[in-house]
Amino acid sequence: MTTTAAPADAPAPVLTATGVTMRFGGLTAVRDVDLTVQQNEIVGLIGPNGAGKTTFFNCLTGLYVPTEGTVAYKGDTLPPKPHLVTKAGIARTFQNIRLFANMTVLENVLVGRHTRTKEGLFSALLRGPAFRHAEKASEERAMQLLEFTGLATKRDHLARNLPYGEQRKLEIARALASDPGLLLLDEPTAGMNPQETRATEALVHAIRAQGTAVLVIEHDMRFIFALCDRVAVLVQGEKLTEGTSDAVQADERVIAAYLGTPFEGAPGEEEAAEVAAAEARTSEEGDER
Amino acid sequence: MNPQHTTPAATETTETPTTETAPLIPLPLNTARTLTTTGALLSAASTFLSWTWTTRFPGNLTVNGYPGGLQLLTLTGALLTLAYTLTTWNTPGLRWLNPTGSHNATALLATATLATTWYTLIAIAVQLGGLANLEPGGYAAALTTLLTLLGTLALPLDRHTHDTTPDTSRPGTTTRTRALARTALRTIRPGRPHQQPPPPRPLPPWAEILIITAAFGLALGIVTYGIGTAYGELFTGFLLLAGLSTAALARAGLLSRLTALTAKHRTPTVTAAFIAAALFPLTQDTDQYTLIAVNILIFSTVALGLNVVVGLAGLLDLGYVAFLGVGAYTAALVSGTTASTLDIRFPFWAAVLTGAAASLVFGVVIGAPTLRLRGDYLAIVTLGFGEIFRITAGNLNGESGPSLTNGPNGIPNIPDLALFGYSFGETHHLGSITLNPFANYYLLMLLFTVIVVLVFSRAGNSRIGRAWIAIREDETAATAMGINGFRLKLLAFALGATLAGLAGTVQAHVAYTVVPEQYVFAGPVPPNSAFLLAAVILGGMGTISGPLLGAALLYLIPAKLQFLQDYQLLAFGAALILLMRFRPEGLIPNRRRQLEFHDGTTTGSTLTHAEATTP
Repeated sequence: MTTTAAPADAPAPVLTATGVTMRFGGLTAVRDVDLTVQQNEIVGLIGPNGAGKTTFFNCLTGLYVPTEGTVAYKGDTLPPKPHLVTKAGIARTFQNIRLFANMTVLENVLVGRHTRTKEGLFSALLRGPAFRHAEKASEERAMQLLEFTGLATKRDHLARNLPYGEQRKLEIARALASDPGLLLLDEPTAGMNPQETRATEALVHAIRAQGTAVLVIEHDMRFIFALCDRVAVLVQGEKLTEGTSDAVQADERVIAAYLGTPFEGAPGEEEAAEVAAAEARTSEEGDER
Repeated sequence: MNPQHTTPAATETTETPTTETAPLIPLPLNTARTLTTTGALLSAASTFLSWTWTTRFPGNLTVNGYPGGLQLLTLTGALLTLAYTLTTWNTPGLRWLNPTGSHNATALLATATLATTWYTLIAIAVQLGGLANLEPGGYAAALTTLLTLLGTLALPLDRHTHDTTPDTSRPGTTTRTRALARTALRTIRPGRPHQQPPPPRPLPPWAEILIITAAFGLALGIVTYGIGTAYGELFTGFLLLAGLSTAALARAGLLSRLTALTAKHRTPTVTAAFIAAALFPLTQDTDQYTLIAVNILIFSTVALGLNVVVGLAGLLDLGYVAFLGVGAYTAALVSGTTASTLDIRFPFWAAVLTGAAASLVFGVVIGAPTLRLRGDYLAIVTLGFGEIFRITAGNLNGESGPSLTNGPNGIPNIPDLALFGYSFGETHHLGSITLNPFANYYLLMLLFTVIVVLVFSRAGNSRIGRAWIAIREDETAATAMGINGFRLKLLAFALGATLAGLAGTVQAHVAYTVVPEQYVFAGPVPPNSAFLLAAVILGGMGTISGPLLGAALLYLIPAKLQFLQDYQLLAFGAALILLMRFRPEGLIPNRRRQLEFHDGTTTGSTLTHAEATTP
C-alpha cells in the first residue's frame, strides 16, 4: 500500500479507532475510546500521567491486542501484529529512543525500508541486477530522508554517537522510511530544549506537507497546542473531550483533570492573605537589590 | 612531554585521552637508538652461536655457524626489530614499514624477540635439568635481547597518561593498591593511536593488487610454518613471535593500510586468499599436517556458519554442533558403507544436498518452537536440543530405539569420495604436483569454505542481513520497522544449520567414522558447541576472518601442545577471561564492535562506507 492510494472522491479517515478497550486482568487501562485521524491532519493526544495514552498507542500499533474494539487504517481493520501494522502504513517512534545503536545512521534508515522492499535471501546470495537496483533505490530514498531531516552529513556515524536531538530526528527518519500514511510520535520532544522543540514542530509540519498524517502524544502543552489541528484528551482511560486547541484549553474538565477541582470556598480568605503577604515580601526584597 | 606529539582530544568524548611520548628510561634519543640497533644486531649474531651442548633439546641448537629451530625465530624477531629501528631513523626505502612512525612497534618487536628467546632458554634449562646446559651463546642471546628491549624502552613511546595520579582519595589499602596497579598497567599499555597513519602514496591498481597478493603469500608462508612446526616448543615460540609481531604491525599502522587496500579490491582479495589457501597442500610432503589443515577448515567453516546465527542475528545457540552431526550422519547413511542401515549409495553431490537439506529441516524443527524465546532461555533450550541429538543418535541402535545409527558404535568404514571418476582416497599426480588423499579433501573443503564465506558476506550485507542486525540490536524496534522477527530469526537459524550440514557431509568422509560422541557440548576435541562459540567470540563476532582465525588457533593449540592435554579446558577458560577483559571485541574486531567497546578512545566515531559494508 502506498501513501498516494487515497481515492479522490471519498477520503476515508487514515485512522479509525472504534470502542477500543484494553483490560489487564481487573484493571481497565483504556475504556471505549474512539478516535479518528483524517488525511493531512495533525492530531494530539494528551492526558495526565497514567491516563492510558501509551497503552492506547500500543493498541494502535499492534503491540497489544485490544480487548474490545477495532482499529482500522484507511477503512481496513489492522492485524494485531506490529510488523503488519507497519506494513499497512502506520509507522511509529518510541518514547524512550530505540535506535539500532550500533548501526550507522544510513543503515538505521535502510532498516526502515524493510517493508517496502522485497529482496529475499536468495536474491541477496545471487546478487543479480534486480538486487543491486533495489539496494541502490533503497539507499537513494534513505538519503532523501536524511536530507529531509538534516542528517545527511552524519550518514556514516554510529547511531549511538549522535547527540540526543539528532537521535530523535533519526527515529523519525527511520519511521518515515516505511512510507507511512500515518506517523505516530510518542513524546517526540521529551528532554528537548525550546529551540529543539521548535525545530521538531517545523519538522512535523514538513511531514504533514508531504502528505503524511501525524498523531502525537506529548506532555509539552505549548508544543501540542501550537502544532495540532485537533486535540483529544484522555483521562483515566476514557476520552474526556476532543476538539480544537482553543476549545480543549478552555474546557473546565480538562483543567480539572490536570490541576484538580477547587474545593468548597477555596482559596479561603486566610490563605489568600498569606499568599499576598508572601508576594509582597519577595517583591520588596527584589527592590532592595 | 613533547607538545607536538599530543593530539587534541577527539570531540564528543567524555574523557579527554592524551598520549605521552616520554621514554620510560631517560636516555638521549640517539643513545637509545644506537643501543637498540646494536642490541638487535648482536641478538641476530647470537643465533649463529650454539645455545646448548646437546641435541636432546629438539631442533639442534648446538651448531656454531648457522641457526636452527627456535634460533631462527629469534633471528627473525631480531631482524624485524632492526628494520623497525631503522624506520624511525628515517632510513630511505624502509618508511613504508612504519606508516605511523610509532616507536611502540619497535618496542613490541623487541618484546617478541625477548619472549621467544627467553622462552627457548627456559625451556632448555627446564627440559635438560638446569642452567648448566646453556652454552655461552645462549647467555649472549638472553643478554642482547634484554639490551634491545631496554634500548626500545628508552625511545619515546606512546602511552596512556590520563588519570595517572593514583586515586588515593578513597580510604582503604585495597583501593589504593588497586589504583597503583592500574597506574602501573597504564604506564605499560600504549595509548591508542590518535593520529591515523598518513594516507598512503597513490599506487597504480596493479601494484596494490600485487601488494595484496604478496601479503597473502606471506600469510600462507607463516601459517604453513605454524602448522608444520614439528614439536610443541617450536609452536609456542612461533605463537609468541607471530602474535606480538602482528600486534607490532598493527601499531605501526601497516595492517590498517592493508585492510584499506583489501576493502578497495574485494574480489582480488578473496581470490588471493583462496589461491594462497589452495597452495597449502602443495607445500606438504606428508599427510600429517594436511589432515590437521582439513580439520581446521571444517572447524572454521562451521564456526563461520555459527557466526550467522550468533554474530549477525544475535541468537545464542549452544547446541550448534548438532547440525554438523545431522549433516555427517546423513552423509554416512547414504554413503553406501556396509555399516549403514540404509542400503543406498548416493553420488557425492546428492549426498551433500541431502545432508544440507536434513540439517535445514532439523534447524527449522528445532528453531520453530525455540525461537519464540529470547536471550538466556534460548541458549538453554538450544543446549538441551544439542544434547538430545547426541543422546538420540546414541540410542537409535535397534534395541532402545529404531535401528538407524548403530548407537554408540556409530557408522564406521565410510568409503572415500569419488567425483567424476576422481577418487579422493588415492594419491594423484598432476604433472609435478602430488595430491595425497587429505590434500584432495582439503581442496574440496576449501571450496565449501569459500561458499560459506560468500554466503556469509552476501547475506550479511543485504536487506536480510540488516534486518538480522536490527533484531540483534533491538527486537521490539525492529518489529516496529515492519520486520517479522520470528520469520527472520528462523531464517538465520535455518541458514546456519544448512551451512553446518554442508560441512558435516565432508567431515563424515574425512573422519571415515561418525559416532555420537563427536558432537558433544564441550570436549577436548574441537569442533564441539562450546569451542565453536569460543572460536566466534575469540576471533571476533560478525566478521569473516575472525572465526576462521579463532578456529585455527583453537584447533592448533591443543593439537600442538600435547602437554596441555590435561589442563586444556582450564587454560582455555583462563584465555577467554583474559580476552574478555582486555579485548572484548575479539582478535579481529568488527569495526562496529570496536567502536562499541572502546568508544571515546578510538579516533574516528564514524565508519567509512567500505567498513560499514564489510562484515
